[in-house]
Amino acid sequence: MTKIPQQLIPLVILFALIIVVFVAARQQFVPESFGELGFYRADALKEISSQEPKYVGAETCGDCHDDVYETKANSYHRGVACEACHGAGYMHVEAPDENELFAPRGRDYCPVCHGYNPSRPSGFPQILATVHNPGKPCMTCHDPHNPTLPHTPEDCNACHRSIANEKLVSHHTELPCTQCHQVPVEHRKNPRLVRAEKPTSRATCGTCHAENANSREGIPRVDMETHGERQVCWQCHYPHSPEGR
Amino acid sequence: MKMEIPNMLRREFLSNCVRKLPALAAMASVTASWKSVWAGGNDNYDPSEHDYAMAIDIHKCIGCGRCVEACKKENNVPMDDTHFRTWVERYVISEEGETLVDSPHGGMNGFPELKEDVKVLRTFFVPKLCNHCENPPCVQVCPVGATFVSPDGVVLVDEDYCVGCRYCIQACPYGARFLHPVKKVAEKCTFCYHRITKGMLPACVEVCPTQARIFGDKKKTSSPLRRFLRFMDITVLKPWMNTKPKVYYGGADGEVT
Repeated sequence: MTKIPQQLIPLVILFALIIVVFVAARQQFVPESFGELGFYRADALKEISSQEPKYVGAETCGDCHDDVYETKANSYHRGVACEACHGAGYMHVEAPDENELFAPRGRDYCPVCHGYNPSRPSGFPQILATVHNPGKPCMTCHDPHNPTLPHTPEDCNACHRSIANEKLVSHHTELPCTQCHQVPVEHRKNPRLVRAEKPTSRATCGTCHAENANSREGIPRVDMETHGERQVCWQCHYPHSPEGR
Repeated sequence: MKMEIPNMLRREFLSNCVRKLPALAAMASVTASWKSVWAGGNDNYDPSEHDYAMAIDIHKCIGCGRCVEACKKENNVPMDDTHFRTWVERYVISEEGETLVDSPHGGMNGFPELKEDVKVLRTFFVPKLCNHCENPPCVQVCPVGATFVSPDGVVLVDEDYCVGCRYCIQACPYGARFLHPVKKVAEKCTFCYHRITKGMLPACVEVCPTQARIFGDKKKTSSPLRRFLRFMDITVLKPWMNTKPKVYYGGADGEVT
């Protein structure tokens, strides 16, 4: 048997000690579930998922408030969750009488969604809070759970505010919307089911802008045969603001 | 003698197989054991069956900020001006071609009127959140393994294990992470992991009044998410970073990053 050189013996002991300390420390410090699924603590998944939800979901609200739930389900607000306006319901679910939910009744809340903002999609119903029946809370006319209008809107700009605003400062400001759009009466009550018609051909613009059109002087005229060739007018000119854009 | 060598090898191979059987079984049990992790939560939940993702319809977002508020309340995010798990940005592209982006208070309290001297060419809202990348830079840089991609495709932070070094906050190209001012650990959107594992929707999706946010499972073939991905022109944020984000934007302008 070969003898271990004497000078190596302390080194071997030292290394053995280091390895023992390392293994012991690793055992101590690395969490039990570390590496089970990957380079992380698998128990963290369980801990994160054990947090309690605060927003309980509209179905939970419907368990007790079935009448309101039913009304809302058949209205334009069917996609709006109860908690979007009333706030998180977890405490109310546990003790309904002690923790009443907040119900916004003021004039400042509805414009959070329905106030006019040019960045909003133009089909989304928007109002100018300063001119839309100022001083009255929204609820005097609109039921928030069924916001169908109490009376049929008279003007197009009740809903198409951004287009109306643009048209207002353009050369087309005096034209009524119906000059170009055929609007069935039913469109005012069921805007998504019955659509207003848009112009389909160059002839619509031609009724005023053609060279031989029977319209008042000063209106810009073009030769309908040669101007714009194969395009329809609104591929280059935006009819609600024909100067620019 | 020559005939015996293959016999010896076969015998060796078979005995080796038998000897290594316990090791193989142990490996299989490791992959199976993480199902037991869920024993305390939802028994029927198997994370490997899901791959969560979100889609955002720019055409539908009205910038009301309900998602921002719901997220803060649901996840106890500090109610201040600088810490958000999700926020809404307003993009204004002027006629000169300049892009202005603002997000006052994360869009939680609405947006002030535009400055009058800006000539608007296009304007729209863009909700933002953690993109739950398939190839997340934040996970790569974490020195302790406190942030990770869960088996169901959600990027999470283990707040008990995070040392608060902020590498991940710097690494995220989307600015989706922040240091919790009290806990001093990294925080971010979890897709409301505690809700989705119980079969609920994330809080922001739950309260969105126009359904601009669509949450779903990429492994489920018939779902609103898959339908959206099929029919919309989809963009992701900063695709050149090779992060493979899983928040898909429909109808987003080329200016959106």
